[in-house]
Amino acid sequence: MKPPPFEYHAPTTIDEACSMLGSQEDAKVLAGGQSLVPLLNFRLARPRHLVDVNRVADLDRIYQRDGGIAVQALARQAEVEDSQVVARLCPLLSSALRLVAHRVIRNRGTVCGSLAHADPASELPAVLLAVGGHVIARSVRGERLIAAEQLFKGVFETTLAPDELLVEAWFPELIDPFAILEESRRHGDFALAGVVRSGQHLALFGVAPTPVLADPQDPAAGLQPSGDLEATPEFRLQLVRVLTQRAFAA
Amino acid sequence: MKVNGVEHPAPTDARRLLSDHLRHDLGLTGTHVGCEHGVCGCCTVLLDGAPIRSCLMLAVQAEGHEVTTIEGLARDGEPLHPVQQAFHECHALQCGFCTPGFVMSVVGLLAQHAKPSAQEIDEGIAGNLCRCTGYASIRRAVDRAVELQK
Amino acid sequence: MTTRWFGAPVQRVEDDRLLRGHGRFTDDIGEGALECCFVRSPHAHARITSIDVAAARELPGVVAVYTAADLPFGDVDLPLLIPHPNLTHGRTQRCLASEVVRYAGEAVAFVVADSRYVAEDAADLVQVEYEPLPVVITPEVAAAAEHLVHEDVPGNVAAEMIQETGDVDDALAQAPRRKKLHFRYERGASSPMEARAVWARWNEAERKLTVFDSTQSPTSIRGGLAVLFGLPESHVEVIAPDVGGGFGPKIMLFYPDELLVPFAAMQLGRPVKWTEDRQESFTAVNQERGQVHEVEVGFDGEGKLLALSDDFIHDGGAYTPYGLILPIITAAQIPGPYRIPNYRVRFRDMYTNATPTSPYRGAGRPHACFVMERTLDAIASELSLDRVEVRRRNLIQPDAFPYNLGVAWQDGNTVVYDSGDYPELLDRAVKMLGPSPEGDHVGMGLAIYVEGTGVGPYEGAHVQVLVSGKVVAATGIPSQGQAHATVWAQIVADELGVDVADVEISSGDTRRFPWGVGTFASRGAVTAGNAMHVAAGMVADKAKRIAADHLEVDPADLELVDGQVRVKGSPDRGIPLAAVAVLSNPVRYAFGGGTEAATQFTSRPRPGPPLPGPALPGPPLPVGEQPGLEATGYFSPPGSTWASGCHAAYVRVDPQTFRLEILKYVVVHDCGRVINPLVLQGQIEGGVAQGIGGAFYERLAYDADGQLRNASFMEFLVPYATEIPPIEIDHIETPSPLNPLGVKGAGEAGVIPVGAVIGSAIAEALGVPITEMPLSPLRLFELSKG
Repeated sequence: MKPPPFEYHAPTTIDEACSMLGSQEDAKVLAGGQSLVPLLNFRLARPRHLVDVNRVADLDRIYQRDGGIAVQALARQAEVEDSQVVARLCPLLSSALRLVAHRVIRNRGTVCGSLAHADPASELPAVLLAVGGHVIARSVRGERLIAAEQLFKGVFETTLAPDELLVEAWFPELIDPFAILEESRRHGDFALAGVVRSGQHLALFGVAPTPVLADPQDPAAGLQPSGDLEATPEFRLQLVRVLTQRAFAA
Repeated sequence: MKVNGVEHPAPTDARRLLSDHLRHDLGLTGTHVGCEHGVCGCCTVLLDGAPIRSCLMLAVQAEGHEVTTIEGLARDGEPLHPVQQAFHECHALQCGFCTPGFVMSVVGLLAQHAKPSAQEIDEGIAGNLCRCTGYASIRRAVDRAVELQK
Repeated sequence: MTTRWFGAPVQRVEDDRLLRGHGRFTDDIGEGALECCFVRSPHAHARITSIDVAAARELPGVVAVYTAADLPFGDVDLPLLIPHPNLTHGRTQRCLASEVVRYAGEAVAFVVADSRYVAEDAADLVQVEYEPLPVVITPEVAAAAEHLVHEDVPGNVAAEMIQETGDVDDALAQAPRRKKLHFRYERGASSPMEARAVWARWNEAERKLTVFDSTQSPTSIRGGLAVLFGLPESHVEVIAPDVGGGFGPKIMLFYPDELLVPFAAMQLGRPVKWTEDRQESFTAVNQERGQVHEVEVGFDGEGKLLALSDDFIHDGGAYTPYGLILPIITAAQIPGPYRIPNYRVRFRDMYTNATPTSPYRGAGRPHACFVMERTLDAIASELSLDRVEVRRRNLIQPDAFPYNLGVAWQDGNTVVYDSGDYPELLDRAVKMLGPSPEGDHVGMGLAIYVEGTGVGPYEGAHVQVLVSGKVVAATGIPSQGQAHATVWAQIVADELGVDVADVEISSGDTRRFPWGVGTFASRGAVTAGNAMHVAAGMVADKAKRIAADHLEVDPADLELVDGQVRVKGSPDRGIPLAAVAVLSNPVRYAFGGGTEAATQFTSRPRPGPPLPGPALPGPPLPVGEQPGLEATGYFSPPGSTWASGCHAAYVRVDPQTFRLEILKYVVVHDCGRVINPLVLQGQIEGGVAQGIGGAFYERLAYDADGQLRNASFMEFLVPYATEIPPIEIDHIETPSPLNPLGVKGAGEAGVIPVGAVIGSAIAEALGVPITEMPLSPLRLFELSKG
């Protein structure tokens, strides 16, 4: 379980990072590495180039903008979890982060990395979707804003182009009431199914190739979740119904 | 990178994991490797003071940073660090393989919460697997470490 | 024996090193060793049609690539460790497969390179062509025998055994009530935090092989390597250094690496090391627990057992290096603490295309306990009787020992329980558990078990007092975290009247003690513990003989206290133990350390009776005496010691999400006399946690193609602290009459009844039948649908 060979790049500016992503075939962005490095160790990912953005300057801020919270690419999940301004404006994000793996992982993992990785069972993409946030992508071609509804495309798949770097995620100020509930086998594991409530909005995770918005009155409508060792499609639907009920009862 | 206060030359092989670099290039074998996919926590070290998984980081990424391993908590001849001492008093280790990772995680936990609640203790040590103790003695050790750190 | 240390909660002497990061595990040993990687079969059953290692050999940094054809022992079947007359079709694998692979993960080629990174690159380049064969997975499929795992093993049956006490058919026919029950247990993995590792160096000048191996049995590994490589045993050193947990599967002869690493070191003239990664640990390390039981029980209207018949199949895996030990233990341990007047058990050990099996903490017993306890629950339910009361009515009573069960045990004897008090265990556990918590979907589970521990054949120990007064002691069995260095020191310190801190223990190093068997089957305290007691007692006797001469008193009047050998009742008349160590070795040359006191011109009485003849006293070393204040002692138990315990719990299950919450878990435990309560508590707490893992989280999920679908810690769910509740523990002590210390084993105790307890509690909480292990929220969801 050792990473296969790759060419390593450590740009120090966003422009440099974007130009590397733009010029190299088969390049992967390395930020927190908490999802990518395991894939390298299992040799399930074998990128030719690894663009490590951790040395890029001025990319680790958590700040208020446009009535919400902006989280830059290198802001660690633990920093966002501990952030007072996040707790005030978007406490749902603070709550969600406490369900993401474990603190030691969150010390290194990033919010933006989690969004770009787009694991269908992970919490943060569903939060972004539920609150109607967006991300900002940069490339040599410029900068664009991608709304949450447009970001997630499939299992581990986003609408980010191969040469784009997700530089910032934005979460609007939260409307009460909110809740995030999930069922996982162990504390910190990926969810078998989860629900995020933001006001009257509901987003689900773990039950479709991407996080999805759903009707709180009939959350399972149209869902065709996949089955695995820990949950059949039917069990996932049951969990979605139960968790939704509990999220909206609270 | 600086490891336990000592400056070391930069690693040369880009794909070498920080865990392997610490253990096999620098001879700091107190950091253990249990799964190499970030689940067991045996390889936990402090990076600029915060616990991280050294198996999920390339050694080159630690260049310019400060790494503290289990060997750096209490120097030889010095008394044990309060967390180490608490683990000893509470029989919070058996085979000792997961122990360095647990100790580093608990050091991080106590930096975050000076007096953690029972739930904060459980969540603070969840992320490290132990196959010997059943965790009860480790919980007791965290409580004891709080007392010793006063 | 004084008991200053025995029984005290002595804090561990091994901790400081481990806490400072100065432990020495096998992978910590470098010394420029080459690193290795296996090429393993991706198929569960296939014929190998070609192996091409050319590209791998050419990769820069690769030193050697071995296939079976490159090995002088390539066509040798690895040892069948425990032959048994009923093991009619035992089969073992070869070091590297060259014709047929029979489980996914079976080793096919072995790469040696400058680093593990390069070795893995090279392994990727090895081309193996396979022709897939039909896969036999699960014991039921094996028993159907539509396809065979081994062409020459009819019906996939490695072994079959049937035993009966009384007349079961007759008793069943006459029983007022009868019930048929079906139970199923699936495989789990022991998953020690340290995976396996082997390091070897060949010294050509001395023709000596040194092997560090994370094994539970270095003495046996040494014997096997000496045979294989044609070396005298004195030229093979095997050391189990710090070992990061074992739980059973680290005892095997041989895993392929245990031969290939030493072989490569001898071939290449450089140290060679292989360290298993977690992924391969899931397929290459022995597993356990797959069994399917068909039970028929006869009982009366009071719930008393009249007859029990169990016919079970055991998932043995692809090979049977460990023989039929697992099913034989299950068969012997099903009755547990209960009197069954007529008992019949038949088992068949089935080949499947899965990783071979060998004991994993509990070893055949969790399934046995589950079967018996769920059967008693079924009886209680059928008769609308209290579950505790049904158990109480069937318990073997305290005056019934020794109690002969009349079935075969794993040591060749029949099962004879040595001592115990099962009603007391039950009463205390019920009291500790207390009233049921409020609320819906709460259930209670309770189980009692008996565990055969301290199995032979023997262990030994060497104890020596140095001229400094410090004591060194060694035994052949290694520790994987059981605090041997502390508890052996407690036993020795009591015998020699010294402080625990003055006793240094070596274990699992054939250079220090070459004889013995291994650490397994909850046997260390009984076998090596008593060997330490015997050897230290011999040293104490010798110290008294020497001191008696010196002090001119009768040895029987002496005692060893506070580092002195002194006259009983006259504490100021004595001699330091260190001085006795000096006197034990008459020297010509004083080499320091106080040895001038033992030189030939020192004026002191000569020990022993004078020789016949004029003028000469006895010789400096008395006739029949050996120099040095040291002794080697052995303990070979006449039979197993039988520990026991009762666990009980309350759980709550969410009826919609099926999340399990363990509200309270209590343990009452009896392992005879307790050496160190702190260490014992740790063993039990850890065992229960492993049991909870095995009951609700850890299931090795093989698909029909024999692929293990959860070969990682992401998916094989070893519990974290958040999943393990606090555990309350109480003890009773029924000393074993079978050894001087009165101890019984405790290593496996915690794990055995947990499945039965959790299963029973969930059954009550949800009102669903529980006949299988392990469970999960998904499984409970399915069971709840009916």
